[in-house]
Amino acid sequence: MKTTLKANAVWLGVMILGFVVIDAAEFAGLVNTFIENMLVTIGINVILATGLNLIIGFSGQFSLGHAGFMAIGAYATGIITQSIATPLGFYLSMIVGIFVAIIAALIVGIPTLRLRGDYLAIATMGAAEIIRILINNLKITNGAAGLFNIPALASWATVYTIMCVTTIVTVNFIHSRGGRAVMSVREDEIAAEAMGINTTRWKLAAFVFGAATAAIGGSLHAAYIQTIAPSDFNIMASIAILIIVVLGGVGSITGTFVAAIVLGALDTILQNFGTLRMIIYSLALILIMIFKPTGLLGNWELSFKRLNHHKEVSAHE
Amino acid sequence: MQTIGQQLINGLSLGSIYALLALGYTMVYGIIKLINFAHGDIYMLGAFWGYYVINVLHVNFIVALLSAMVFCALVGVVIEAIAYRPLRHSPRITALITAIGVSFLLENGMSYLFTANTRNFPQVIKTVTWHFAGMRISNIQVLILVTACLLMLILELIIKKTKMGKAMRAVSVDPTAAQLVGINLNHTISFTFALGSAMAGAAGVLIGLYYNSIDPLMGMTPGIKAFVAAVIGGIGSVPGASLGGFIIGLLETAVQAIGLSAYKDAVVYVVLIVILLVLPAGIFGKNVKEKV
Amino acid sequence: MKKWEQTTIKLTALATIAMTLAGCSTAKSSTSQGNNPGKTIKIGVNMELSGSAAGYGNQEKQGIQLAVNQINKNGGIKVGSTKKKIQLVIRDNKTANTTAASVAAQLVNNDKVVAVVGPAATNAGTASIPNMTKAAVPSVSPSATDPGYTLQKGGTVQPYIFRACYQNNFQGSSAAKFVTKTLKAKRVAILTDNSSDYGTGLTKAFKQAYTGTVASSQTFQEGDKDFNAILTSLKHKKVDAIYAPGYYSELGLIIKQARQAGINVPIIGSDGMADAKLAKIAGNHNATNVYYTTPFSTKSGATNPTAANFLKAFQAKYQTTAPTFSALAYDSVYMIKAAIENEKSANSVKIADGLAKLKNFKGVTGTITMNKKHNPEKSIVVEKLTQGIVKQTYNVQ
Repeated sequence: MKTTLKANAVWLGVMILGFVVIDAAEFAGLVNTFIENMLVTIGINVILATGLNLIIGFSGQFSLGHAGFMAIGAYATGIITQSIATPLGFYLSMIVGIFVAIIAALIVGIPTLRLRGDYLAIATMGAAEIIRILINNLKITNGAAGLFNIPALASWATVYTIMCVTTIVTVNFIHSRGGRAVMSVREDEIAAEAMGINTTRWKLAAFVFGAATAAIGGSLHAAYIQTIAPSDFNIMASIAILIIVVLGGVGSITGTFVAAIVLGALDTILQNFGTLRMIIYSLALILIMIFKPTGLLGNWELSFKRLNHHKEVSAHE
Repeated sequence: MQTIGQQLINGLSLGSIYALLALGYTMVYGIIKLINFAHGDIYMLGAFWGYYVINVLHVNFIVALLSAMVFCALVGVVIEAIAYRPLRHSPRITALITAIGVSFLLENGMSYLFTANTRNFPQVIKTVTWHFAGMRISNIQVLILVTACLLMLILELIIKKTKMGKAMRAVSVDPTAAQLVGINLNHTISFTFALGSAMAGAAGVLIGLYYNSIDPLMGMTPGIKAFVAAVIGGIGSVPGASLGGFIIGLLETAVQAIGLSAYKDAVVYVVLIVILLVLPAGIFGKNVKEKV
Repeated sequence: MKKWEQTTIKLTALATIAMTLAGCSTAKSSTSQGNNPGKTIKIGVNMELSGSAAGYGNQEKQGIQLAVNQINKNGGIKVGSTKKKIQLVIRDNKTANTTAASVAAQLVNNDKVVAVVGPAATNAGTASIPNMTKAAVPSVSPSATDPGYTLQKGGTVQPYIFRACYQNNFQGSSAAKFVTKTLKAKRVAILTDNSSDYGTGLTKAFKQAYTGTVASSQTFQEGDKDFNAILTSLKHKKVDAIYAPGYYSELGLIIKQARQAGINVPIIGSDGMADAKLAKIAGNHNATNVYYTTPFSTKSGATNPTAANFLKAFQAKYQTTAPTFSALAYDSVYMIKAAIENEKSANSVKIADGLAKLKNFKGVTGTITMNKKHNPEKSIVVEKLTQGIVKQTYNVQ
């Protein structure tokens, strides 16, 4: 218990430190709008990818439809904050987005989660495309033109804070009884079932949880970029999130952070290479995958608890 | 009635295009269980190859078609050897991301080298439209339809009747056991990629000629549709891929014919999900029993 | 259960701390004075050079580069008494809205440009607006057509956002007038590019202004190649004309397949069609009885010396007929030049003032006066293609 508390305190310290560093850098003029844009994009990607990593890495279900749930969150914020342009309206819209995304995830998940591997991937991809096509043709979402002039209700601080909160909740879930049940499904579905775990329920739980975080990411995206269009949430958007998860290491939340930061920075730096940017990006992707097939961090996690434990053990010796 | 007949022709000719592409997907997936995202882009390379040999070397259509098949087969083999072979024992999702990387590379590399502009494909075969009973069908539509069916038959023969085909089937069931009985894994997989990519090359030239418009991103949407077609038909199955292609072609046509063109892709995905729920391995797919 | 409560309490505590922190993040609210030029006048290009709109983005880039080369060859832009050359900073936004915002931020903050040309698409444009406005740097989009693009939420104008093209309402209603008055079509079918605001916006405007019957309204997506199903279903609807707003890459195929299916009624489109490639894709013999609204006619060289020069220079540099997108982008650069020269300053805020006051600017795409909503007012023409060649132009009143 004591080590847990200590480790938690360290984590809290790290989070506050991160915040203070960015804030100070902003104050000192080191972080201008451009860098801030990069940081926020990284933050939103972390939120999205953590949720997807929970689905893919921890419950072992291959979902390719993350952008669909992100779209739901984004449009909830886009539509609601048009009429209630206050921070309260923003948080309300985020909750509505989460709620709708959960319902959508249940509708999609209950039938499709019986499928396995690539079949599930293609079914979830289809579901996300259906969501996007509906948005593209509805009046309330303003069709293909999308929504713009969305009030700027998310600053980098909002994104940072919510990123921390979603990560804590996700990690706590992974370390809870539910999380262990989810992971047992990944390791061996039949054995898990034999142990009395309702596999369908826990798969669905992970899927719904992931969808909810995707909606949060979408909300923040809409409120920060202030423009959303159906084409932002196509198959390629789902794939972009998948790339972060796999590059960081399937089943490693630390890896997701690292990959989101590496890719975010890479993308920003490549902005100086003009038309070559996507070529370099794709080459980097191929090379990293060939030389680090399990992702940058594999399934390694940074854990202060473990570090502490090591220290104590060596001290005793 | 005429309209329905005409729509049937439209649907079949669209379906034959998806079928051509789906064949390559299904072969590669069947043997190494990889969703080869780059397949649609190899099809694009085939179209560009056809464009250049016809415009620059002034070859005739048959030569363009065959050389595109050879060229794409080579490209397929090279991609497999460089990008996929090192990952054969890695998690499958890693290979998938590599495939996406290859797809990005081909799309953006071609945009960089040849600009992203749409080009018109040289019309080496003059379009002749035949009329019968108030319906129209063009010689190129017939050509694509016949080629798609012919290639499907040839593939099925290769897989079922030749020694290499036997090796392919063996590898697809159990690579390790196949190696134990003396099958060269690398050769067999390379051969599969060559075959699948050659299909894509043929499709590129045929479709380029049919629509008369090619661009570096042309492989993206049809690639995904063709993959859906392969899944509907039962991925790994050659007749299944063709059937899936025709189902999607007819379905899209039907949805547009009744005036719901805005939802044509949505309907395709709904049907995909429904089919997967009823037949989890597609129409002709083998449902592998779980072992404890 | 107890553990769960503990976690909740911990979380709430954490959230409270975090929120408090969020509250005290030091927001800098000083209003920007805009960017000033150095030795050269830096103009940024925020353009779709890869991704789905890369074809149009690259055409615009060509127009921009041509304009800048010409200006620099003549010594540059006159700022007060000295002449300064233009330095272009070209960045690719991948046809992604998030990247467009990031590119805009980099251009105004790191590259310190005094004006930006682009982005090509409305959505990429609106995503860049917050960053442009924060830095007080104007942008001129060659092709963002949504009526709301230059407006804020309440309908007041965006101070730093301009465009060189028509907005959809104007172009769509002009097409409707042309179809009603000149073509005298009583029944039309509409085929809309449903993948961006461009096609849908034009269709909306057309439907509002058109007085006849819309017999059928169907849509297609960017990148679609097969339109036979839609066209077959139109065939027995007995329409007098087809209105099809979209880009040349899809419209070329629609024209080809319509003519092959025996549909010979007039097809009317928008300026996204005004490209020599249209006839190449459709085939010359199919590209007959085809009309489109456009600010810029390849025939306008006869009456407009600026356009004549542009067409000649473009042909010489790129060995192809200039497309509309290039013409609009070319005008965007010259509009910025005119604004600098009128204001006698290349400070970005001044450039925005200059752009807002632009009057009787002689551009390739017509004589332009910027209205209160930062939309260029210029005349519209309808070109008619016969055998793939522009044979006739009509003025729309």
